[in-house]
Amino acid sequence: MKNKVNGISRGRADRVFDWLDYALLTLAFLLVAYPLYFVVIASVSDPVAVYEGRVILYPIRPTLEGYARIFSYESLFTGYRNTLIYTMVGTAINVVMTVTAGYALSRKELVGRNVMMMGVMFTMIFSGGMIPNYLLVRDLNLYNTMWALILPGAVSTWNLIVCRTFFQQTIPDELKEAAELDGCGDASFFLRIVLPVSSAIIAVMVLFYAVSHWNSYYNALLYLTSTSKYPLQLVLRNILIVNTLDDMVNDVATQAAQQRMGDLIKYGMIIVSSLPLLILYPFLQKYFVQGVMIGAIKG
Amino acid sequence: MELSSSVLRAKKRQYRRKMVRQHWPLYLFLLPTILYFLLFRFYPMYGLQLAFKNYRILNGISGSPWIGMENFRRFFSTADFGKLMRNTLGVSVLTLVFTFPLPILLALLLNQLPSLKYKKLVQTTVYAPHFISTVVLVGMIFLFTSPSSGIINRIAESLGGKPVHYMAEPGWFIPLYVISEVWQSTGWGSILYLAALSGISPELHEAALVDGANKFQRVLHIDIPGILPTIVIMLILNAGKIMNVGFEKAYLMQTSLNIGASEIIATYVYKRGVLKSQIGLATAVGLFDSVVNMILVVSVNWISRRVTDSSLF
Repeated sequence: MKNKVNGISRGRADRVFDWLDYALLTLAFLLVAYPLYFVVIASVSDPVAVYEGRVILYPIRPTLEGYARIFSYESLFTGYRNTLIYTMVGTAINVVMTVTAGYALSRKELVGRNVMMMGVMFTMIFSGGMIPNYLLVRDLNLYNTMWALILPGAVSTWNLIVCRTFFQQTIPDELKEAAELDGCGDASFFLRIVLPVSSAIIAVMVLFYAVSHWNSYYNALLYLTSTSKYPLQLVLRNILIVNTLDDMVNDVATQAAQQRMGDLIKYGMIIVSSLPLLILYPFLQKYFVQGVMIGAIKG
Repeated sequence: MELSSSVLRAKKRQYRRKMVRQHWPLYLFLLPTILYFLLFRFYPMYGLQLAFKNYRILNGISGSPWIGMENFRRFFSTADFGKLMRNTLGVSVLTLVFTFPLPILLALLLNQLPSLKYKKLVQTTVYAPHFISTVVLVGMIFLFTSPSSGIINRIAESLGGKPVHYMAEPGWFIPLYVISEVWQSTGWGSILYLAALSGISPELHEAALVDGANKFQRVLHIDIPGILPTIVIMLILNAGKIMNVGFEKAYLMQTSLNIGASEIIATYVYKRGVLKSQIGLATAVGLFDSVVNMILVVSVNWISRRVTDSSLF
């Protein structure tokens, strides 16, 4: 009798639920995975077959011509190199500033801590916006330099709060008191005791910041004018969206063939530019998820 | 009384000074970040006065002449105003309506999935689009929807439909914006709810099992109430973004033909301020946007504190 509630047996209701659960999640899986898979197969298929809509489940008349053209395109390498530099320098600055400040803000001994936190929180709900920031970057002579991509976003408010929450939860006051009795000052406590047990949060910060540097184009669009300084995403924008492919397809005879070759190159470009993250991400997934979860706990 | 309170205050000040002296490395840690916030977060707020000024480069921000509400009057009186508000609200409200509930549903389904292996596979896949850049995402939209070669039109044609030039149709801008947003953000958005779900005590489910509750009933009466505080917090955070449609994606998705639907406040500010150097007008529009946003966040927060007892601040 226990299994009968409202006249429906629990076993049957649960089976229906499980069936629905599998069906809906499989649908979600396919809806997300297929576009990604399609980009992969389209990037190695004969562009005529893609154009005719015959590439659906697997590559047709496989070719690497798209990739060959991509790898002989110099701007892509410049963009890649620039992005690597911006990402490494930017992330280093981001992480050092965020972790040290997040730690300091987590300490009860800090006089003025509440005022500072209120100031930080305020920037989450109100900001000067695009134009005042744009003028500031120009007035500081950062315009058209790599620093315009790094300094305006040196600390993310959200990440700062995540860091502070992490330290509040993982470093007990007793540990600090015990270290103080042993004559350990704030700086050496941070370096010798806090940092070694905080590798998780540092990994999370590195990943969050690095991904956002890798993928951002906003600051570059606003502040860079020399194409030689363009990061990968701006190079991509010119190809994928503004559609400037000239150098890469000039040798192709007809305009229609040029457009098809252009599409092949675009599919390949998407793979080449997203690959580093998409390959690394499954291995680092646990850190990313951890980061989101720390942020979820109200600081 | 007077005396003792002033003595107390002096003592407090003394204590504070001692704390600062004793813990000076903490202030050293904070120094770069404080300077950063003052320069790059608060100083631009000072620059907002340009909304009430006629900006001249040579005079700088403080030296430019005041013109009162002139910039606002110009913005509110143009035909742009109504169109921008409609577009911005249209994109954001529809984005919120679709991107808000789906991660909750996804998390509930993932949480109840019997097979852990399959759960992992689905999770790894649906999180992946989060790592794709906006440029690549919009590039994919252009490729997939191309009237001559895009797969969507090819499939539609094989089913007897006619090719549509999606990126040239103003009517398709919002649907494409919302669909791609759902595709990219639903998986990642579910992480928070999954975390909240894992915090629900298993005893509740065990007790419900003893009472004969099936999975539908347990989801409805245990899982959903259990993550309600998280849902409310997320709703507040999202409501604050209503006027704040991201510049990045809308700008990339703009074509000369869909501009009637795709020009939103953020792209308008960029074009007026950065491309056309109408600094005063653009700043005024940006300020208007920020203020409406702030009012939205604060009021949603107030309402939710009244109604549900959970709030952000």
